[in-house]
Amino acid sequence: MNNLKINAAGRPVPPEVNGEPVVPYMGVGKYKPVASKCSPVIPSCADFPADGNKCVASLKEALVKAGLRDGMTISTHHHLRDGDLVANNVFDIAHELGIKGLRWFPSASFPCHDHLIPYLEDGTIAGIEGSMNGPLGKFTSAGKRERTAVLRSHGGRVQAIQDGEVKIDIAVMAAPCADPFGNANGLGGPSATGVLSYADIDVRYADKVIVVTDNLVAFPCLPMQIEGNFVDAVVLVDKIGFPEKIMGGTTQVTRSPDRLIIAELTARFCEATGIVHDGCIIQAGAGGISLAIATFLHQTAQKNGWKIQAGFGGTTRYMVDMLKDGTMKYILDAQVFDTEAIRSLNENPGHTAFTLNNIYNYHSKGNFATMIDMVSLGATEIDVHFNGNVVTHSDGILLHGIGGWQNCLFAKNTIIAVPLFRDRIPVIVDEVTTLCGPGELIDVVVTERGIAINPLRTDLIAKAADTGLPLKSILELKEMAEAICGKPEKPRFTDKVVGVVKWVDGTVLDVIRQVEGIW
Amino acid sequence: MEAISGNRGTEVRSDCFIRIVPDDEPGIRIRLKSKVKSLYGQSIHQLVQEELNFFGIRDATVEIEDSGALPYVIAARVEAAVRQITGTGQEFLLPELPQNRYSTERDKLRRSRLYIPGNNPKLIINAGLYHSDAIILDLEDSVSPEKKPEARILVRNALRNNDMMGIELMVRINQLPLGLQDLEMVARQPLNLILIPKCESAETVLTVRAKIEECRDTGEGPVWLMPIIESAQGLRNAYEIAEATPAVAALAIGLEDYLADIGAERTHGAEESFYARSVVVNAARAAGIQPIDSVFSDFGDNEQLLRVAANSKKMGFDGMGCIHPGQINVIHEAFNPTFPEIEKAKTIVMAYGKAAAEGLGVVAVGSKMIDLPVMKRAQTTIEKAVTTGLIPKEWREIQHE
Repeated sequence: MNNLKINAAGRPVPPEVNGEPVVPYMGVGKYKPVASKCSPVIPSCADFPADGNKCVASLKEALVKAGLRDGMTISTHHHLRDGDLVANNVFDIAHELGIKGLRWFPSASFPCHDHLIPYLEDGTIAGIEGSMNGPLGKFTSAGKRERTAVLRSHGGRVQAIQDGEVKIDIAVMAAPCADPFGNANGLGGPSATGVLSYADIDVRYADKVIVVTDNLVAFPCLPMQIEGNFVDAVVLVDKIGFPEKIMGGTTQVTRSPDRLIIAELTARFCEATGIVHDGCIIQAGAGGISLAIATFLHQTAQKNGWKIQAGFGGTTRYMVDMLKDGTMKYILDAQVFDTEAIRSLNENPGHTAFTLNNIYNYHSKGNFATMIDMVSLGATEIDVHFNGNVVTHSDGILLHGIGGWQNCLFAKNTIIAVPLFRDRIPVIVDEVTTLCGPGELIDVVVTERGIAINPLRTDLIAKAADTGLPLKSILELKEMAEAICGKPEKPRFTDKVVGVVKWVDGTVLDVIRQVEGIW
Repeated sequence: MEAISGNRGTEVRSDCFIRIVPDDEPGIRIRLKSKVKSLYGQSIHQLVQEELNFFGIRDATVEIEDSGALPYVIAARVEAAVRQITGTGQEFLLPELPQNRYSTERDKLRRSRLYIPGNNPKLIINAGLYHSDAIILDLEDSVSPEKKPEARILVRNALRNNDMMGIELMVRINQLPLGLQDLEMVARQPLNLILIPKCESAETVLTVRAKIEECRDTGEGPVWLMPIIESAQGLRNAYEIAEATPAVAALAIGLEDYLADIGAERTHGAEESFYARSVVVNAARAAGIQPIDSVFSDFGDNEQLLRVAANSKKMGFDGMGCIHPGQINVIHEAFNPTFPEIEKAKTIVMAYGKAAAEGLGVVAVGSKMIDLPVMKRAQTTIEKAVTTGLIPKEWREIQHE
């Protein structure tokens, strides 16, 4: 691709992506579009049954009635995670109908969506815009897709829908529990997901909304996590997902002794520098290290008699334990990772569903992320300027989505908790392969062999001095990694841009290039 | 003929599997399958070429299945395969890490020693991270008989090239005579102590010491010995073993084998081992060295470990073995002097000092008379508290303030 322009992060990016002009990244807080929010077509209730029953016999019929045709954008949410049957079913039907050139716009994809690779090959799907994990990412890196992949954070996806950057034609929303009017939630049924936070923006902005459930209940389905008034059709199917895969995945505290050291150092750092304190707000992810950090912070809070005002994030039993014993007052829940969290949502008034729009949308009236005292995140790479990468590995291959990672960087204190190297692959490097987060927003990097504080955070440097914690410069960490692993060679890319990484404000932060010699 | 070494499989990480097939086709052909190929492919090629060249292998096909092995691991695996082909005794050594060369004191703190299986690179890499008092690279029970030769080379390379972060370095060799081959490979390397398993006589200890002296220059620092009593016969000779040579720094007991040998069963209450453990404590103390207890084998039950370790300390042991990093802090907690113990010891030492200064013959704290053994015990407690960082070295000045 020619005409690349150097953006404010020093990365060459294209002026347009898939035929649409884009804005190069201008710096944190610099880009402020002047426009109005996008809006869906206006429906009339005269076109809907007076008895409120919007049930349609099959998903195929619902898609045909919604006007499915070539080139449309179809969205799905990822609350069913690796157990999702609905997204695959949508494209099976599209393929059967001979529809071509669809754009799939999921809030995230999982290994179960490998099923869609033949549809990418035969043109049923022209492109995917969403967090890409596993084989779909590798497929992208091999340069085998028609359209350039667009990677957005969870908040960036909300922003793109709201700003009209992505117009959803049909939102197909899996719902573990729904009534014939379309009111729905994730709390019950055989495929319970707890919340449906990622679906909220889709149902508000899509032209057509189809709710797909395997658990149809009589009106009213309460609570209404999805409001039926946004819904065009309701489809009852045998099964929307595999429960064991919906609640599976990375929801165990790590048992790896070196990962536990990282978690313990993180918790000690938070306590010693006062980042975590009585009344603070924290985020917790569902990765093994994050969960271990949460359990250590639980002990820290108990020991000091602190009450955490709110915990936010992907919820697991480890957060629920804090709520139960009063260490935490509220859980704001955007995604549920285990059945204990579902039980808690049903039982505890202090545990409530929270929409993505309210948390992460950068083009909105306030950014919840900036109110969080501490977030701990992972990364595939961090460089000596504290820049972070979460989407590609050091070999250049796209394997992960951005998720909420970029959005969380706005917290008061952002800690990246990572091993210094994974097997022989250094995590602390000279320069990130793909830039996903500017270093100015990353405050601390905790590894099993030392903690580096961003020089911009002179306050934290002062507070951490004399705490006995193993403080190093980021350069020292990088040199330690290289001393152990050796200096890595650079992966080889072609000139072809296969994907772009968007910043939270919709500007283009970096590109992902085709990797030579895979596939 | 072909030679293989190393490990592969979905569970294997940080290791590599190597197959070398010498043939008549000129040159070295390397087939590399590696998850880090795009990052280290060239350097792996270079290393293997250089090493084969060193061993004089010119014509061969080399297959490498790499799961992210560090260079010293790859070098060890190649050497192990080459030795099978040529029978060479030459050693391919990467430059030794200077920070791994240090000496330790005979009576240094040895509360915990972490066992690391000698043929598992994944566990060796981070062995220094957990703040145990010592690391044991094990060539004995954790290595299967057919893997002994390659494990020996891996352990040698690990001692030289894996950053051990200043922790006392121990190797558990095999029972003699196999253990002598282990010593030939490791004795010259950065190393502080050799564990002698299933030791039954002073003669064994002296044979080991002689072998070490034969291999190692005196300038390369002392290598202490820790014989392990694991049989009825060994227990009978415990004292002779303990005082066989001043190189013996500690005497340990290995309960699994010992109890099997005497036909006893291991129970929660540990009555069956009380005698043997007491004998080991007594023999070690009589010889002026450290008595060290066995390992606790359930790494999922740290509550029971704490009870066992506390009991061990009460019996007079100075430390015990760890089979998992998660056991280290528990063991330290158990063997560290407690706060009341430290306070009592401070009072005694201060009172004793004051009495001595005033020329008094009899010292009392409250209504209790303090004699020399009580004073000595208090001093030991204080020393331990200082070494473990529980109290500052200048505690006396702080006490006065």
